Amino acid sequence: MYYEHYSRGGIGMNSERMIRRFKKVSKLQVFWPLVVLLLVLLSNVFSDPGFFRIQIRDGHLFGSIIDILKNGSPLMIISIGMTLVIATGGIDISVGSTVAIAGAVAASLINGNMAFGIVILIAIAVSMGLGVWNGLLVSKIGIQPVVATLILMVAGRGIAQLITNGQIITVYYDPFFFLGSGYFLGLPFAIFLVLLVLVIALFLVKKTAFGLFLQSTGVNSSSSRLSGVNVKGVIFFVYVFCAVCAGIAGLIISSNVKCADSNNAGLFIELDAILSVALGGNSLQGGKFNISGSLIGALIIQSLTTTIYSMGVSPNITFVVKSIVVVIICMVQSDALRSSIKGAISKRREREVS
Amino acid sequence: MKKYSTVIITLVLFLILYAAGGMMFSGFFAPQVFLNLLIDNSFLIVTAVGMTFVLIIGGIDLSVGAVIAFSCMLLSYLVENMHMNWVLAVAVVLLSGCLFGFGMGCMIHYLKVEPFIATLGGMYLARGLCSVISEESISITNKALTDISQYQIKLPGSNYINVNVVIAMVVFAIAIFIAHYTRFGRSAYAIGGSETSAKLMGINVGKVKILIYTMNGLCSAIAGIIFTLYTLSGFPLRAIGFEMDAIASAVIGGTLITGGVGLVAGTLIGVSIYGVIQTIITFQGTLNSWWTRIAIAFLLCVFIVLQRVLVIRREKTKSSSKFLGNIVRRTSA
Repeated sequence: MYYEHYSRGGIGMNSERMIRRFKKVSKLQVFWPLVVLLLVLLSNVFSDPGFFRIQIRDGHLFGSIIDILKNGSPLMIISIGMTLVIATGGIDISVGSTVAIAGAVAASLINGNMAFGIVILIAIAVSMGLGVWNGLLVSKIGIQPVVATLILMVAGRGIAQLITNGQIITVYYDPFFFLGSGYFLGLPFAIFLVLLVLVIALFLVKKTAFGLFLQSTGVNSSSSRLSGVNVKGVIFFVYVFCAVCAGIAGLIISSNVKCADSNNAGLFIELDAILSVALGGNSLQGGKFNISGSLIGALIIQSLTTTIYSMGVSPNITFVVKSIVVVIICMVQSDALRSSIKGAISKRREREVS
Repeated sequence: MKKYSTVIITLVLFLILYAAGGMMFSGFFAPQVFLNLLIDNSFLIVTAVGMTFVLIIGGIDLSVGAVIAFSCMLLSYLVENMHMNWVLAVAVVLLSGCLFGFGMGCMIHYLKVEPFIATLGGMYLARGLCSVISEESISITNKALTDISQYQIKLPGSNYINVNVVIAMVVFAIAIFIAHYTRFGRSAYAIGGSETSAKLMGINVGKVKILIYTMNGLCSAIAGIIFTLYTLSGFPLRAIGFEMDAIASAVIGGTLITGGVGLVAGTLIGVSIYGVIQTIITFQGTLNSWWTRIAIAFLLCVFIVLQRVLVIRREKTKSSSKFLGNIVRRTSA
């Protein structure tokens, strides 16, 4: 074993150790998403050389990277919730409607002389209620997640319109804007909300048995049930958690636009969230999951949007770029493609040797 | 009879809704009201029929709304800005729909991408390409198309339908033929029931799957053409959320999202229910249009819970009869 290094010749021991370490790191689930994120961020340098510059202005950090973090906060929070739902093998396409409803509830109550904290709590409680609805449909009655959340998705914006009486309610309450646009300790406050949700999620998943139960449910729910895992409870909880995440994101979004727009708030955000989870290397079938991967996926999507804006291209091109990204990611993640490429390479090696 | 049980429930529901509308508003029972239902929802019929096939093989297609908007846009652009002959433009649009479907089908089968993600990508692509063609709406002034869109086919009793309804009915008839009278249709049901069993039976799963997604793309393109005739313009933000209406109609019509079960006729009734609810709300006059969505969501909920309860009951009786059967066999042996 020790002599192999000498007989191979040419490759020194140090570079071999580096190659081995690289292979180990590249097997981490977050590796490829990080690489993609870096590529997207670096591509910005061509159009904007000062992209990575961070200055201090108005008493807080200022720069394109800070903007990406701030604007991507709602998507990051929803992606955390969505990761847990997808880990059970389910899906939640109603988060966009929950965003709209949470914003509508907050906006209509704030103008009504209620304490600010109470309004936030009520908005979160309403989102939790929507999560309970989804959770009951999927876990108790056993309806397929796509269809169960489809119901809320279809009805949700109508309900939001009901709450706002069909109007776009503008908010005139300054402390509300702090959620989305305020700065705390130099960083955007929204990032702290992301960190809060992330810490809670990581604690649940890594420091309690819940993470294990979740992964087990996703891999095989029947054997989990037979092993004594409370599968229905796990599934119920993740839908409630996801809806609460969507509620928080809805508050941030309506704080950013300073109004509650039931038609456009969170439009297509469910698709972006699912894309973030997939970009993070998580399988949509459920099972093993990685929350950090989804966060990086959300950052990739936000960076893509920012890159496209800064290049001066029409924002609708975002859609085309997103679809190309989807195709590339799926091709890279697709085992079928990878094995056929490996097969082609090994066949060529055989031909070269013989 | 059991096969048709959900469809019969759907039909009964439609009749109840129709009767309720007739009791609430005078003039509701006029035949033209029912024909208007078909005229206004002809594109949804075509879309939902295509979606039924996709649901039967156990897949899903989120791109139909975007492909409809794209076909609309492309047709308007080709006819208005490039002054192409409208027949040729229609052919190009149909081909583009097929290409979308074919691309997504290949991604789903060969790259083993989840249908949700693949059709999501297709949706993004179609929406984006729509805006690439034009950011603002393009109105159609081409004489041939405006004539076709306003042409009324007279029916007895001073009622009329238009070309869109004829197209929708033809598509519907072809769909029923494919689903129940061809081997292709039966293969689709088999794949939906269990893909592995279908493969072992010797069915060329890949060919059927890709063909079905291509067919769905074609249906979306046809729906887009119908929609263009209906609105005489192309607009990039059109048809958002259509895929959900199509899925809702199919599910209300008795198609299971899990696949393997579904009748095209049921989907037609599902679309009719959607239309009746819309008509009732229009007749009401005071309620806003988003009540339609809430009503559809409520119905969807009821139907899905009903389907689920029936399935649970069927499974319970199956397992209990198996249990009894085993007892009988053991005591008699």
